Amino acid sequence: MEVFFTKLTALGGPLLLGAATTVAITLASLAVAIVIGLSLALIRLLGFRPINWLISIYVEMFRNTPVLAQVFIIYFSLPYLGMKINPFPAAVIGLGLNGGAMLTEVFRAGLNAIHYGQREAALAVGMTPWMSLRYIILPQTWRITLPPLGNYSIALLKDTAVVSAIAAPEIMFWARNLVTSTFETTFVYILAALLYFCLSFPLARMVDGFERRQRAWQ
Amino acid sequence: MMEVGLAGPLLQVEDIHKSFGELEVLKGVDMTLDRGHKTAIVGPSGCGKSTMLRCINYMERPTSGHIHLDGELFGETRSGDRYTPMNEKELARQRAHVGMVFQGFYLWPHLNARDNVAIGPMKVRGLGKAEANELAEAMLEKVHMSHKIDEFPERLSGGQQQRVAIARALAQQPKLMLFDEPTSALDPELIGEVLNVILELAEEGRSMVLVTHEIRFAREVADHVIFLHDGVIVEEGPPKQVIDKPQHERLRAFLRQIVEH
Repeated sequence: MEVFFTKLTALGGPLLLGAATTVAITLASLAVAIVIGLSLALIRLLGFRPINWLISIYVEMFRNTPVLAQVFIIYFSLPYLGMKINPFPAAVIGLGLNGGAMLTEVFRAGLNAIHYGQREAALAVGMTPWMSLRYIILPQTWRITLPPLGNYSIALLKDTAVVSAIAAPEIMFWARNLVTSTFETTFVYILAALLYFCLSFPLARMVDGFERRQRAWQ
Repeated sequence: MMEVGLAGPLLQVEDIHKSFGELEVLKGVDMTLDRGHKTAIVGPSGCGKSTMLRCINYMERPTSGHIHLDGELFGETRSGDRYTPMNEKELARQRAHVGMVFQGFYLWPHLNARDNVAIGPMKVRGLGKAEANELAEAMLEKVHMSHKIDEFPERLSGGQQQRVAIARALAQQPKLMLFDEPTSALDPELIGEVLNVILELAEEGRSMVLVTHEIRFAREVADHVIFLHDGVIVEEGPPKQVIDKPQHERLRAFLRQIVEH
């Protein structure tokens, strides 16, 4: 038992440090993804053909290639263009662009789910299109997209593991380092998995809550 | 084109045409509405009556023709013989003077009855929250919905939703009210409560244009009836004349169908 606690304190510290980085990468890439996704979904509504093609190309490129390849390309190729980039920002840009593609579709679906009459009623009372978006359409879109957004966040949290491949100091990066130096393979990876679980489980419960509330609301 | 002064009619619709692609839905309609008057537009499905109503507040932009509201050109600006479409901001300012009630109610589901009515005055006219709520409460009382003021639309019947929607339009303190088949989506037993509210508003002397299938109601509430068929006005006049002594065979056929229904 004593051996167990010695191991736990020796290995847990670095992993906890990694967990903080995992959370930071998740939140930062989520923010990037939401901004990109919502903006592109709204721009798409304007219906300029060439711009919509560009958006589709972006969405399909990122949806249909592995996120690991995307992160590698950003981390290893940007320096050739004279931009030196650290693992953390490279991870956030990679995961953010990838998530932006996913969320463009999520927000598009959310916006499409709102009846055109909602906007007409807003215009009829004298709101400008911008006010109708701000006070009528977006609050409803938000409610519709909250569950898929939550599910995406959970997937993202776990997907951050791939950026250990570019040495971003998150949970899996530290886990691998610890395994190489201590050979405690099983112990370290189980501990790492538990950490992901502790972060993800509360999120999953929250998403369930949203879904229940939404069902009640419909 | 005639210049309309403030003493002139409230609403003037001049030679409105509207096409959707190849399909010409309105083929040149004119109408005039004086202050405090009520016009009902009737006609078979697809005759263009909803489109005509929606052109009045530019929910649909007419393909040609012009609208004047209270002496002011609506939805366009004019210099000499050139008419230029208004931008959305100017259009919104004009639309604020026209209340519209839709067949599908279109209450905003994320807001309760009070906020559905109050948000327009707050955001459009810049009323404070307390003032807007007070206005909302007064308007909801007018449509006999005070008891449901905190309810969300999902918890209201169709008739109740439509009455809240009417309160929302009234809160604009509009010069003109437009009703687009306000009872067509309602279960038969809920139609009466909505018609009663509209009748009360009519008796207050509000100006309104009403598209409806309820011929008997049109006869009761309107002082002028327009029969629209295939995008043109076939017959119009006081209800006693148009509905009781129809001249055109098409109108007679239409009225027979409605009665048989």
